[in-house]
Amino acid sequence: MFEILEKERIGPGVHRAVISAPDIARAHHPGQFIILRTHEDGERIPLTVADKDRDKGTITLVWQEVGVSTYYMGTMCVGDKLQDLCGPLGKPTHIEKFGTVVGIGGGIGVAPLYPITKGMHDAGNHVITIVGARTQGLLIMTEDMNKISDETLIATDDGSFGIHGFVTQVLQGIINKGTKIDLCVAIGPVPMMKAVVNVTRKADVSTVVSLNPIMVDGTGMCGACRVEVGGKTLFGCVDGPEFNGLEVDFDLLMKRLSMYKGPELIALNNFRETPRGCQCALPGGA
Amino acid sequence: MSGLDKKQDKKPKIPRQKMPEQDPIERAHNFYEVALGYNNDLALLEASRCLNCKKPFCMAGCPVEVDIPDFVSMVKAGDVIGAAWKLKEKNSLPRIAGRVCPQESQCESKCLLGKKGKAEPCAIGRLERYVADYAAVHGEGKIPELPKPTGLKVGVVGSGPAGLTLAGALIKKGIAVTVFEALHELGGVLVYGIPEFRLPKAIVRAEVDELRKMGVEFKTNWVIGRIETVDDLLEKRRFDGVFIGSGAGAPLFLKIPGENLNGVYSANEFLTRANLMKAYLFPQSDTPTAKGRRVVVFGGGNVAMDSARTALRLGAEEVSIVYRRTMSELPARTEEVHHAVEEGVKFKLLTAPLEILGNESGWAVGVRSQQMELGEPDASGRRRPLPLPGQIFDVECDTVIVAIGNGANPLVPSTTKALETNRWGNIIADLDTGKTSRERVWAGGDIVTGAATVILAMGAGRKAALAMMNAFGVS
Repeated sequence: MFEILEKERIGPGVHRAVISAPDIARAHHPGQFIILRTHEDGERIPLTVADKDRDKGTITLVWQEVGVSTYYMGTMCVGDKLQDLCGPLGKPTHIEKFGTVVGIGGGIGVAPLYPITKGMHDAGNHVITIVGARTQGLLIMTEDMNKISDETLIATDDGSFGIHGFVTQVLQGIINKGTKIDLCVAIGPVPMMKAVVNVTRKADVSTVVSLNPIMVDGTGMCGACRVEVGGKTLFGCVDGPEFNGLEVDFDLLMKRLSMYKGPELIALNNFRETPRGCQCALPGGA
Repeated sequence: MSGLDKKQDKKPKIPRQKMPEQDPIERAHNFYEVALGYNNDLALLEASRCLNCKKPFCMAGCPVEVDIPDFVSMVKAGDVIGAAWKLKEKNSLPRIAGRVCPQESQCESKCLLGKKGKAEPCAIGRLERYVADYAAVHGEGKIPELPKPTGLKVGVVGSGPAGLTLAGALIKKGIAVTVFEALHELGGVLVYGIPEFRLPKAIVRAEVDELRKMGVEFKTNWVIGRIETVDDLLEKRRFDGVFIGSGAGAPLFLKIPGENLNGVYSANEFLTRANLMKAYLFPQSDTPTAKGRRVVVFGGGNVAMDSARTALRLGAEEVSIVYRRTMSELPARTEEVHHAVEEGVKFKLLTAPLEILGNESGWAVGVRSQQMELGEPDASGRRRPLPLPGQIFDVECDTVIVAIGNGANPLVPSTTKALETNRWGNIIADLDTGKTSRERVWAGGDIVTGAATVILAMGAGRKAALAMMNAFGVS
C-alpha cells in the first residue's frame, strides 16, 4: 500500500499528490511512468511521474479526472493509500546537451514534461518552455516550469492569460525569429502533439513526444498499447513512452484511445452510484 | 470406457472413472470451474485400478518425478493426507498441476493399463487433484518441517510455475528465497493467463500462501530490469544465486493489415483483462473488456481454446476458432478442444487470415480469409497447409483475438550483463540444470524454451533448484 502524504487540487478536476514510494523514487528517471491500482477491484492505469524526492522517498503524481480511477483518486485524502504502485516503467528520456531545447506542455501534459525539462536544463541546455491551456484556469505548474527554464512562454486558447493563441503559434513564432532549435519535446493532448509535429516537420526540428496509449500490464506482455511509429507496430510501455514524433501515427492513437469510451462511462456511472470515495469519510475504505 | 471382459477375468474390471463436470450449456455462461473433481468413492475406485508396477513407467513420464505408485497406493489404503505429503515431496503445487498438466501425454501415456490397449490408463491427474484438494480442506494447513537456515539466499525473477516450484524446493532445504513479481498478484500465467474456470485463482492464492508460510518472501509490483536489475540482485543485495523464470510474455501478431484496429486483442491482453483484472465482474471491477457479439480467435493451441471459451462466458453470441489446418492437427489438449466443442465454440478450419477489415471509425468488422488444403508433411511432420487459389472469403466479426503464441520478453535478458540469448531472444540455459552463460544465474520455463506448458516450467524450476543446491553444496 502506498500512502498519500500531500494532496492538492491544482485546477478544475486536476490534482497533484505526493506519495510515499521510496523504491520507485530511488530508481526513477525522467520520462518514466508508473502503473497504479486504487483498490482491490481497481483497473491498472499508467501515470507519468511528475517529480520525485529520493531523500524523502516520495514521488509526485498529477492527474486529471477522466475515468473511474482518476475520479476516485480525486476523492482520496492525505493518509489514504493506493493499493498498488508499480514502476518505474518505460524507457527514460534520452538526456544530453543538445543545445537549445523547446519543451511544449499542453494541459495536463505539463506534469510529465516537468522532470524532462529539469533534466534537460541540468544537462546544460538552453531551455525554452511553452505552456498552453484552453483557458487561464486550466494552466498548471507554470511557476514550477519557470524555475527550470531559461525562457517560459505561456499561451491560452482564449487569451485569458499570456499569449492569445495555441502553443503551435508560439512555436512558429520562435522558429520565425530564426532561433535554432536542436530538439523539441512535446507532451499534451494527442491533437496538440500532432499539430506541433506538423510545425516542426516543416522546420526540420527533431521532435520527441510522450504517448499515453491504454495499457494493462505495462511490461510488454499484453500489447494493448500498440502504436505505429514509422510504419512499425511498437509497444508504448516498453518501446516508449517517448517516440520520434515525426513518425508517430497520431490518428491511430486517437482511435485506439477511444476504444473503451462506452464501458468507461458505465464504470463512471457505477462509481457515482456506489459508496466508494474518500477512505477517511468511510472507515474501512471502499 | 472399455467395458467388462468376462471371458478373461473372473471379477469385472473397473473402468476409468469419469470426473464430474458442470453441464456444458450451463457452464458456457459462468466462470466457475468446469471440472468438479472426484469424491472419495470415485477416487478410491480409480486408485484401485493402479497395478502398482514394480518398475513404474508413469514416473518417467512426469517432469517433476512424482512418486506416483506410492501416492496412489496411499489413496487406496485410505491415507489421503499421507498421499498429499508424498505428492508434495516432489511437487510444491499439486492442486495446480492436477488441473492444468497434460497428463494424457505424460504420466498417463506411460501407464501400463493403457499400454495393454484394452483398458484406459489410470487417471493419475484426477487423483492428484483429488488428493491435493482433500489435503487443502482436511490437512489443517500443516507445512513440512523445515531444516535450519543455511544462510544462503536466492532471488527469483517471476512468480509463475517455474519460480514457485523452485522457491518451494529451495525453502525446504533451508535456503532463503525472495520472489520478485512484476504484476500486483502472484502466480504469473496461472493468474493472468489460465482462466478461472480451469484454475480458480483462490487455489493459486492458497498454494502461494503455503509457500509464504514456509518462509518464502514475495515482492509484487517489482519489475526486474526497471526498478533493479539481475546484476543488482547479485551485487547489491548479495543473493547467492538468481533464477530467471520470467516467462515468454511478449505476444506475437500475424503482421497482417488491420491488426491495430479497435477490437483486436492479443490473447494475453484479452485473458489478462478477463482473469487478472476480473473484467467478467465489470462494472463491479473497474476493468472493461471486449464483449464481442461475434468473436474470432486466431490459433489452435490451449491459449486459443481458453480465449474462445472466455469470450463465450463474457456473452458472445458466436465464437469461432480460425485455424489453417484441421481438427487433427490442433496443438491444444484433446480435453480442451472437447470442452470447447461441447460449449458451442465453432471451428473454421483450413482457414488462414489475410487481413482484418475495419470500418471508418477504426473498429474491426471482419476477417478476409484464405481457404487452405493440406499438402505434404513439412519438417515438423505435420501436413503443410497450402492456399487454394482464388478461394478467398470474409468472416464477419466485431472482435478478433490473436492467440498464435508468445515471443521472449526482452526486459530481463536485455538488462542483465553477459547473459546469452538465442536468435529468438530466449535465454540460453542447460535444459538439465538451468545453468546460463552467467555465473550464479539460472533460468527455466518459457523464457528458455519458448511458450510451453505449466508442468514443463515446474520441471525446469525443480531441476534448477537441484542444480543450485548442488552448486551451493546443500543436499
